[in-house]
Amino acid sequence: MRFQAIVTITLKPGVLDPQGTAVKRALASLGYDRVGEVRVGKHVVVELEASDRAEAEAQAREMAWRVLANPVLETFRTSVEPLEHQAGEAV
Amino acid sequence: MRTAVVVFPGSNCDHDAYHVLADVLGQPAELVWHEEADLARFDAIVLPGGFSYGDYLRAGALARFSPAMQAVRREAEAGKLVLGICNGFQILCEAGLLPGALQQNEGLGFRCEFVHLRVESADTPFTNRCRPGDVLRLPIAHGQGNYYADEATLAELESEGRVVLRYCDERGRVTAEANPNGSLHNIAGIANRERNVFGLMPHPERSAESLLGSEDGRLVFLSMMDSVAREVARR
Repeated sequence: MRFQAIVTITLKPGVLDPQGTAVKRALASLGYDRVGEVRVGKHVVVELEASDRAEAEAQAREMAWRVLANPVLETFRTSVEPLEHQAGEAV
Repeated sequence: MRTAVVVFPGSNCDHDAYHVLADVLGQPAELVWHEEADLARFDAIVLPGGFSYGDYLRAGALARFSPAMQAVRREAEAGKLVLGICNGFQILCEAGLLPGALQQNEGLGFRCEFVHLRVESADTPFTNRCRPGDVLRLPIAHGQGNYYADEATLAELESEGRVVLRYCDERGRVTAEANPNGSLHNIAGIANRERNVFGLMPHPERSAESLLGSEDGRLVFLSMMDSVAREVARR
């Protein structure tokens, strides 16, 4: 089965986020003065083949851990959805 | 000292490093494409500055999958000298050959200027020509040089004397004002536990001739040559 994994990567809580701070300042200059902390991250979409959702989820987490995120600085979460193609369908 | 300067797609300080080694210091050096999988013939390896793989994903994140990096890991484990400058330092951290990571500069700006650096450890193959407390003047040029590591790693680096260079003012005082990028503990360069792998954000290869404003960078390469000569004599 084909799946789409979405990996969302952000800096760990406690790691200073200079981009987030700059964005927060920009928002304040537009009048959004009730904004709290802003954190900027990455959104990676990976299409992959797996026998079931659990395997797809495990693969996505492994990819995130090994390369998509840097565990020293970043944390991530994954979500996996089956793609609509049927198993065996030409892609 | 036979040195490989590894060229990744997007490296841009490779020729500067080669020039210092070959032309200024008269050493045999080679520019080696990143697909080269065997670096055993070299005494030392330089990972130069630049923007390998366009800094895609994170600075240094993709370069670590080049065949040359497997060779670098092998030679590092065999005790060869590995010097990572700027993007090379980022690659060494991403590859896990040095601890920690380099993130976006605190002020977000790309910092391109001369800085002062205090030599914290002269007990490395890269700084043995210096004395602890010496102040070097080298240029930086980076947007992601903000050194980060967790508390435990920082404590280990400090207690083992592996913080080699720290940003300081011209009198050697380590202050917040002298820190150009927000690096924790003003860290500009660190070594691995065996001290044969050294990464630093400043550019010694851009400051090895007086014409360029400073010769202090030459000390790094001269130190390496001394170390290699001693190693050869010992064998």
